[in-house]
Amino acid sequence: MTHLETYNKIFRGMFRKTDEELPELKYRGIALWDSIGHMDLMGELEEAFDIRIDTQDVLDFTSYEKGKEVLGRYGVVIE
Amino acid sequence: MDYDDLLKIGPYALGEADKDRIYGELLSRLTDRHRAHCKLYDRVCGFLGDHTNTTRSVEEIPMTPVSLFKQADLCSVPPEEVFKTMTSSGTSGQKTSKIFLDRQTAAWQQLTLERIVRDFIGERRIPMLIVDSPDVLRDRNLFSARGAGILGFSIFGTKRCYALTADMALDYNAVQKFLEEAADGPVLVFGFTYIIWKHFYQALAALGKTLPLENGFLIHGGGWKKLQSEAVSQEVFKKGLENVCGISRVRNYYGMAEQTGCIYMECECGNLHVSSYSDVRIRNMEDFSCCKNGTEGVIQVLTPMAWSYPGHSILTEDKGIILGVDNCPCGRKGKYIKITGRIPKAEVRGCSDTYEG
Repeated sequence: MTHLETYNKIFRGMFRKTDEELPELKYRGIALWDSIGHMDLMGELEEAFDIRIDTQDVLDFTSYEKGKEVLGRYGVVIE
Repeated sequence: MDYDDLLKIGPYALGEADKDRIYGELLSRLTDRHRAHCKLYDRVCGFLGDHTNTTRSVEEIPMTPVSLFKQADLCSVPPEEVFKTMTSSGTSGQKTSKIFLDRQTAAWQQLTLERIVRDFIGERRIPMLIVDSPDVLRDRNLFSARGAGILGFSIFGTKRCYALTADMALDYNAVQKFLEEAADGPVLVFGFTYIIWKHFYQALAALGKTLPLENGFLIHGGGWKKLQSEAVSQEVFKKGLENVCGISRVRNYYGMAEQTGCIYMECECGNLHVSSYSDVRIRNMEDFSCCKNGTEGVIQVLTPMAWSYPGHSILTEDKGIILGVDNCPCGRKGKYIKITGRIPKAEVRGCSDTYEG
């Protein structure tokens, strides 16, 4: 599985969305992606990519698209 | 300048003269905004003699008594923009405050807390032991101040473990296993003062057991009232916890649901620090004039963070003292304060204090 596939799979599973809906997703944009959902998402991403996201980046992760940039800082290239 | 710009300034880097100027401007604009969008607040301000569309000094910003949030729904955004509603956790017979958050304010609350706490524990996330029951977060759309505290601090945690079960009993085995996995590395311990004492410290002491938390950093808040009535001082609290889990870094914070995120953290010298993101005035109990530093009075808290509800200037029911400005030996700039108690006849309230278990 490519990084993008893994990334999308996690988002689809957590927020019950289709691939087409993902690019629009924003933190606090839907009920499921609240601060509880956000910490669960961070946990899943950290496990899948074997990284440790710093606190500042946890809060910088404000959307599906922005998240790709944040993971890039940890050497996880999603394209 | 707006609140986003303020967040770019370090939590303890803003000098007092600059802060007064920035706050006068931001809080004046915010007062006008809330007056235009919240009818009840507008009436209160009119009654207090506030004039719209003027630049007020920080001292001139009207103060909303904290009890007003219990008596009325104060909101400055349309209902469809309310993302979460937070309550101060009252139990039977107590009225609760309701705070309406839009996405912007909720995001600012989290960023504010992150900026402040990072200054104390660093930017790496670490395993987090939450001294509470997971049941506190049962309803994710309507959460209490206790829930909000736990959620807010969760951004600092990697793996999280709840130390208490649904009936507030210590789950010793679960905690022990969690600490084994943390393998002597740093651990963030978070909880409310009274709950930590009653359900963690006393439970451990009663079991005659200890936990290896020598590398822990414990942060607790929610008020001392209940412990003071049991004659547990800060010193007794710290000593007790050190005895049962070897933890030496135990820090209190002062804060309230009405300005979640803007907390006043205790430094290594034992002082509560006012960050760049909020301010404090001490008001004389007779005429509400500002007290000199070193004089006790009622605490007023101010923050330009409160966008979706008119909570940017609140007169609390707590008493306190400004101990000094810019000269705490810990090196942090700004005011540092001490909480000395509650004003007489104030309705009993608090965060962890309201748990009647």
